[in-house]
Amino acid sequence: MYQDVILDHYKHPHGRGLRDGDAEVHHVNPTCGDEITLRVRYEGDVVADVSYDGQGCSISQASASVLNELLVGKELAAARDIQETFLTLMQSRGQVVPDDAMEEVLEDAVAFAGVSKYPARVKCALLSWMAWKDATAQALGESAAKEKL
Amino acid sequence: MTQANAALPAGLLDTETIRKDFPLLDRTVHDGKQLVYLDNAASSQKPRQVLDAMNDYYERHHANVHRGVHVLAEEATALYEGARDKVAAFINAPSRDEVVFTKNASESLNLVANMLGWADEPYRVDAGTDIVITEMEHHSNIVPWQFLAQRTGATLKWFGLTDDGRLDLSNIDEVITERTKVVSFVLVSNVLGTVNPYEEIVRRAQQVGALVVIDASQAAPHMPLDVQALQADFVAFTGHKMCGPTGIGVLWGRQELLEDLPPFLGGGEMIETVTMSASTYAPAPHKFEAGTPPIAQAVGLGAAVDYLAGIGMERIAAHEHAITRYALDRLSTVPDLRIIGPVSGEDRGATISFTLADIHPHDVGQVLDEQGIAVRVGHHCARPVCLRYGIPATTRASFYLYSTPAEVDALVAGLEYVRGFFG
Repeated sequence: MYQDVILDHYKHPHGRGLRDGDAEVHHVNPTCGDEITLRVRYEGDVVADVSYDGQGCSISQASASVLNELLVGKELAAARDIQETFLTLMQSRGQVVPDDAMEEVLEDAVAFAGVSKYPARVKCALLSWMAWKDATAQALGESAAKEKL
Repeated sequence: MTQANAALPAGLLDTETIRKDFPLLDRTVHDGKQLVYLDNAASSQKPRQVLDAMNDYYERHHANVHRGVHVLAEEATALYEGARDKVAAFINAPSRDEVVFTKNASESLNLVANMLGWADEPYRVDAGTDIVITEMEHHSNIVPWQFLAQRTGATLKWFGLTDDGRLDLSNIDEVITERTKVVSFVLVSNVLGTVNPYEEIVRRAQQVGALVVIDASQAAPHMPLDVQALQADFVAFTGHKMCGPTGIGVLWGRQELLEDLPPFLGGGEMIETVTMSASTYAPAPHKFEAGTPPIAQAVGLGAAVDYLAGIGMERIAAHEHAITRYALDRLSTVPDLRIIGPVSGEDRGATISFTLADIHPHDVGQVLDEQGIAVRVGHHCARPVCLRYGIPATTRASFYLYSTPAEVDALVAGLEYVRGFFG
């Protein structure tokens, strides 16, 4: 579960800290107290920045770092594709073995495949991704995403 | 495995024999690692005696209770009511009719809060009156009182905590006043392990005529519980933390209160007569036990208190005290480990919460689990405690009558490994 990639992102997070954004959300994982405040900024259709601050376990913190690395600079459609692919992987209960196509989409995020075997930790991994989805919906004026994890 | 520099404490039980009664403690996890179960404050494991009693009930005696005249109905009723006798004796209740079976301590506490919301004077909680709790309560002794305050307009007040994990009673006369209708507090904290000085709180509550409710969920499994000595009006606890099954809890209440206060749940068994327009109620405890009760679970709890009483609650308390002192001693050798709660063994139960450097408790718990060590991580359903000490969560190790010094040593070794892993 604790892949080197995850520990590396945990110890050296990418893009941490809050910067200007178009929308801000605060999400919590009540089972363990992980918290994240996340802002998104868009320039047209491009994810210009995802900034975040929070506290939590290595999985939740590393996941936010990977999210920042993957999504910033992407067009919205591509970013959503990554988010949905990551969601599919994390909800697979360890049944999905990432193939080359998935690895190409998810890059460092495939390291979280092992986390999907631990139901108690899936929410940690998804915390920042659901926050991003929610913040994006708000920034683009859509109704808040209410999907249950 | 035991460290030479930490002498084994006196007062330990013969855990080798006791552990043979608990089949689950034998199992291995994660490819053959011996289980080290240190999550007893969340739920204890069950001795074979309890499992056998429940099995025997279902295999030979099951029927619904308190109705029907056939043999099975009578046997099931005798077993269910027999469990009430056993629990009454275990907590030194003056009368068996003061023992109400619920599904858990949460239901017991919700039941009291609802009784007081619907009660007539002098018990009624309403606008202009105060409810007093403490900052170290489990959510089950916070949220029902928040409901009651919101629904009645009463004010919720609470005692704060000192830096060393004790109740701050320095302002007791300002917190508990003539306005106070009910004071509800935990006897032993499920996070800090603190054993609270109930005498002082009870005395002040009695001075102002407030009812006293005690959450004994972390006390009943671990030390002699004497409801008469506590001088409380209500005492709540749950079965599954004291070797019993899930789905059974207890509310003890003083008889005159149970007679005076209104029922909460309505249904079968709690009535005397029913017409289409109105009903009268059965005497306590049945007034508070609407519907078919958790019969097998009560039987299991009866077997559990027999088991605990057979060993002796004084001896169990002494064992846990010894283990806790040993654990506090050994944990103090782990660098960057901060105990959240009293650091001495005085007035302290067998629950130890701590943080380890800035490693998140989820990560601590996960890496311990990989070594077969089961602890609880998170805010332990007592989030205000974490807020008070400025931490998001803790790792909690909690012991019971079957816990051994070797298990403490395994925890310490496991924590050293965790430090190395995330260091």
